[in-house]
Amino acid sequence: MIHKPSRRLAINGDALLNDALKHMKHQIEQPLRRAFLQRSLTLGGLSLLSGCAIVDESSIENALMKISRFNDKVQGWLFDSKRLAPTYPESMITRPFPFNAYYEEDEIREVEEETYRLEVTGMVADKHAWTLEELRAMPQVDQVTRHICVEGWSAIGKWGGVPFASFLRKVGADLSAKYVGFKCADDYYTSIDMPTALHPQTLLALTYDGQRLPARYGFPMKLRMPTKLGYKNPKHIQAIFVTNNYPGGYWEDQGYNWFGGS
Amino acid sequence: MNCMDNNTDLIHPRWVRVTHWLNAVAVVILVMSGWKIYDASPLFSFRFPESLTLGGWLGGAIQWHFAAMWLLFGNGLIYLSCNLISGRFRKKFFPLSLGALIADALAAIKGQLSHTDLRHYNAVQRSAYLFAMLDSVLLVLSGLVLWKSVQFPILRELLGGYEAARRVHFLAMAAMVVFAGVHLLMVVLFPRTLVAMIRGR
Repeated sequence: MIHKPSRRLAINGDALLNDALKHMKHQIEQPLRRAFLQRSLTLGGLSLLSGCAIVDESSIENALMKISRFNDKVQGWLFDSKRLAPTYPESMITRPFPFNAYYEEDEIREVEEETYRLEVTGMVADKHAWTLEELRAMPQVDQVTRHICVEGWSAIGKWGGVPFASFLRKVGADLSAKYVGFKCADDYYTSIDMPTALHPQTLLALTYDGQRLPARYGFPMKLRMPTKLGYKNPKHIQAIFVTNNYPGGYWEDQGYNWFGGS
Repeated sequence: MNCMDNNTDLIHPRWVRVTHWLNAVAVVILVMSGWKIYDASPLFSFRFPESLTLGGWLGGAIQWHFAAMWLLFGNGLIYLSCNLISGRFRKKFFPLSLGALIADALAAIKGQLSHTDLRHYNAVQRSAYLFAMLDSVLLVLSGLVLWKSVQFPILRELLGGYEAARRVHFLAMAAMVVFAGVHLLMVVLFPRTLVAMIRGR
């Protein structure tokens, strides 16, 4: 991707920094989106369909985005909060489990455990920042499930951690809110629907294959959902917020489907 | 667009022509965007050339694919229901026997298969069109498993799991492309059929 996140600066106003980053990202992503459209309509072969460039490009983009929003609704409707993703024996785990992010492996962010705190904000009763020890003290579960990437490939892995529903209940989250959003140490961000957040297989994963979650898989924690595609599973989570305002996401804002369910 | 409108002056009633061309648009979009999606993580040791794909990047290709799927699905449902309700399905595609298929295929190769009455489908056409219908159904079903593998457990297991469904979807696409290629070749050989599919006569 074009966007190269800047190093975290020691400015005390974190919100200020976030706003600046968001603004930067917005500026960089807009041309990217334009580029995507131009490619989709010229090299992409639409000329073959329309004969010439008589079709207004932005109207096509709008129509496709509307259908993507419609597909969000259909997926929300198809989603069954009791239906479980298949689980597998440990012998079927894909080794090595592939690394995947919007940046290369040599740019993986290292998060310091000592100074790390998980921020919890928005529509929650308890807004205290969590240490990893506090999270590890909660009841943990393990699961071996299939990770499906939007590119089509899939791999089986084993994640362990706190069921996200227990975490949300513990912090007194308003479970009638629409969205749970995530901000990450690698400047990734995404958001999910509340029914998926409460799904029994949705984990705030602290381990991978029985080991402390390695940096490449998202230390200190990743949200693991076998009911959603890979890009919906944020790594290096720093902040979780519960909201009714659509928070979007890093890839979603560029055109990936928001629900991204499987 | 009345299904029961089987005006005998027409070779193809209006609803057949409309659904045929909508289906053609859906298939072209789905195949080209599908090739772009395939290229993001190729199943086999080749990629489709960029110039034959639609969408520009993976996100764009997925938007096209998951929009055109509704056209293929909805239009296909109308086509199949109209065929069944109007009795056209039984009348046009049956009876069909292996013997008739072999006889007509041999005649076609020797150039002895008559195309004077476009209302009548020979056994090769019947088989080919029925195959295209069944293949479309398979494409939709395997596509559902790829899109929502957790939500359709029975379908997923029937197809042998998510990874097997990827292969089924690919092979069904390949079969559809072969069908379309032969179909277009036949149109070139018998241009009158193209006129009939546009004007109805």
